[in-house]
Amino acid sequence: MANISLTIDGKRINAEDGTTVLQAAQKAGISIPTLCHDDKLEPYGACRFCMVEVEKNSRTKLVASCCYPAEKGLVVRTKTENVDKIRKLLAELLLSISPSGAHVDIAKQYGVVESRFKQTESPESPCSLCGLCVRYCAEVKKKHAVCFVGRGVDRTIALVPGLSDTCSSCRECFNVCDAGKIVYLVDAIQEISCPPLRSSFKHSD
Amino acid sequence: MTKFSQPKDLEQYRQTLQKQRDTKKTCISICSGTGCHAYASEKVVSAFEDQLKKQNLTNMVDMKRTGCHGFCEKGPIVVIHPHNYCYVKVKPDDVPEIITQTIQQGKPVNRLLYEDPETGKKIALETDIPFYKNQTRLIFGNNRKIDPKSIDDYITLDGYKALVKTLTKMTPQQVLDEVKKANLRGRGGGGFPTGRKWETTKNASAEPKYVIVNCDEGDPGAYMDRSLMEGNPHSVLEGLIIGAYAIGAHEGFIYVRQEYPLAVENTEHAIKKAEEYGLLGKNILSSGFDFTIKVHRGAGAFVSGESSALMSAIEGRVGEPRPKYIHTAVSGLWNKPTCLNNVETWANVPFIINNSAQWFTSMGTPNSTGTKIFSLVGNVNNTGLVEVPMGITLREIIYKIGGGIPNGKHLKAVQTGGPSGGCIPEKYLDLPVDFDELYNIGSMMGSGGMIVMDEDTCMVDIARYFVNFLSQESCGKCLPCREGLRQMTRILNDITAGKAFEEDLELLEDLSEVVQMSALCALGQSAPNPVLSTIKYFRDEYEAHLRGECPSKVCKALINYTIDSTKCKGCGLCLKSCSVKAISGEKKGIHHIDNERCIKCGNCLESCKFNAVLKTTGKQILVAKR
Repeated sequence: MANISLTIDGKRINAEDGTTVLQAAQKAGISIPTLCHDDKLEPYGACRFCMVEVEKNSRTKLVASCCYPAEKGLVVRTKTENVDKIRKLLAELLLSISPSGAHVDIAKQYGVVESRFKQTESPESPCSLCGLCVRYCAEVKKKHAVCFVGRGVDRTIALVPGLSDTCSSCRECFNVCDAGKIVYLVDAIQEISCPPLRSSFKHSD
Repeated sequence: MTKFSQPKDLEQYRQTLQKQRDTKKTCISICSGTGCHAYASEKVVSAFEDQLKKQNLTNMVDMKRTGCHGFCEKGPIVVIHPHNYCYVKVKPDDVPEIITQTIQQGKPVNRLLYEDPETGKKIALETDIPFYKNQTRLIFGNNRKIDPKSIDDYITLDGYKALVKTLTKMTPQQVLDEVKKANLRGRGGGGFPTGRKWETTKNASAEPKYVIVNCDEGDPGAYMDRSLMEGNPHSVLEGLIIGAYAIGAHEGFIYVRQEYPLAVENTEHAIKKAEEYGLLGKNILSSGFDFTIKVHRGAGAFVSGESSALMSAIEGRVGEPRPKYIHTAVSGLWNKPTCLNNVETWANVPFIINNSAQWFTSMGTPNSTGTKIFSLVGNVNNTGLVEVPMGITLREIIYKIGGGIPNGKHLKAVQTGGPSGGCIPEKYLDLPVDFDELYNIGSMMGSGGMIVMDEDTCMVDIARYFVNFLSQESCGKCLPCREGLRQMTRILNDITAGKAFEEDLELLEDLSEVVQMSALCALGQSAPNPVLSTIKYFRDEYEAHLRGECPSKVCKALINYTIDSTKCKGCGLCLKSCSVKAISGEKKGIHHIDNERCIKCGNCLESCKFNAVLKTTGKQILVAKR
């Protein structure tokens, strides 16, 4: 693979062509917060914590670094006023859903102690709908046993009906949920099952 | 019908059709677009059929169900040719009179003609009605002349002429160059230069390439694409075939939302007919160019109008957007180069090919060429579809074509660009309408929705309505759109309920900015527009709500109804009109409204003949609530 050179936070960095800005930054030891990213999975771009500012042809824009391809001559800034503002506010949004999870660390890092938003109806649910479990099951295990149901604020995670046997023997999604530093107990993972299908989601037996 | 194998066969057929057309024969054309259909135009059609049969006139008179004429406010619309008398709000009972007066004696039925509200004069011809007179009907012009189910109607009016020209006289590169020179910009919302998009797909190395028509129009109150697809489907097909030829695609999709059954029906019918005539399929008119089209029905998600989500849906997956840092023009449907354009954009193409790019750029402004169809709705006298050259002012559209605001009210704002457009205040009414000007003042062209709002509209309530709509239509994939819009709706609900404070408004602004900067797709990125634009231009209204006042007296939590004891005659009408028994009082005695019980429906105010019922808003109500 050819090497390309780009600048991240003022540092000149060599990266392999075809990698993302996030991968290039991580390789150079520059940390960018993520929730929905996992190296084993295809880029997804849903949590938006990894937003950075990129400059190309003297035009600046905000992009999700997990999806944006590292290009020759690209200038990337991972810490700007807007980037910080986005991360801080997204952490607040997640805090309004759940007081625990990987976003708590990000919130602390950005000086957020308390969310300015009102708590949503079910604050006990620790799921940020990052989709790691859904995508791990589909992309790595090729089982497609876990899926999203519902749209918008009604979006939840569910077991695909009829696939609970396939599912209960594996448990590997427990680890991906943990991989984003989400320190959940086994009990907590069961919580992310979709309420109407909860009876069929039998991780604990 | 045999297939046309050569371009000259089609031209000969066209000449035969044109010669056969008897321009002196009476033709009753009845608008059968969705608006008129809802006004029971089909009953008018049946009445005509019955009467013509009864009076043995069937052979002497042609009848035509046409596409939408656009003047939906006055439907059902019936135009009688060759006199071109235009009758509005026609009912089945009017039919016998039309037959005796107009069809048999050639005289207009005065009471059915459009009456100019300014002069009070009756106007006989469709083209003289101010609503039509001040428009430039190009793309939409043939809608009222053709039966959407008749490919012959389209061919008679020079349909598929541009296709013949393309296939016989132009190389794909020449077609592309012409569209680029015309500076056509996408009519679906983004305003991206169409030629550049075509070029990207054309130059992409992967094969096969695809072309797509986006007819997933879902903005509340907008129906331009629907009317084109329903009323003149062949114009869209022709544009698509020409585009496919330029790009080098051999397969196309038309994504029509399921909620448009007539559009689905007419599109499928049009494709079938075009195939029969040899205008679709293998080796079209012996040019060596193959092209087929499939219809894909949408399953009801607003977000599927976003290009990457739409392509996911065609692939059979959930219609959710994905990051487009590599454009869909390069990697779209099944990761192949895909050129997606809106219905109206494709329909522009035959006109550019027939009349040249130079002719096209003579209309509009330098950066926004051609015409645009707007769906003019809301508090405006002439609701309907309006096609105007770009660069015309909002004032001309609303007052000259739209006939102004009903009931002598003042205009407060115009919302352009659908739910994620911005609200433009009165002071910008003289602004030329084009892609860039609208963007610069915090709104957008969008697909052409135009909602007029009068002085009785509460701008906070409007913002709340649109954000709530978008929150419900968010796919939920990305955090800022899903949770951000949920919280924006919540704050706006609080403001309209009088439960918000200064810091909530600040938070709303912060959140709007972040959602705009960080959402994954255009739905989320543009969703804060209604909030940001109303805060920018109507901040005083937001602040009034924080003080417990709704200046337009719309937000139910902030208004009270009371009875002015000096005016009340004790007639009891308000008491009778109240469905929740919140009004008490003796006959001939002064009445009283119990605000605890009142549901703020306003029936009492409407029923009172002495103006004794007052609607108030203010701090006292808020204090009581807190």
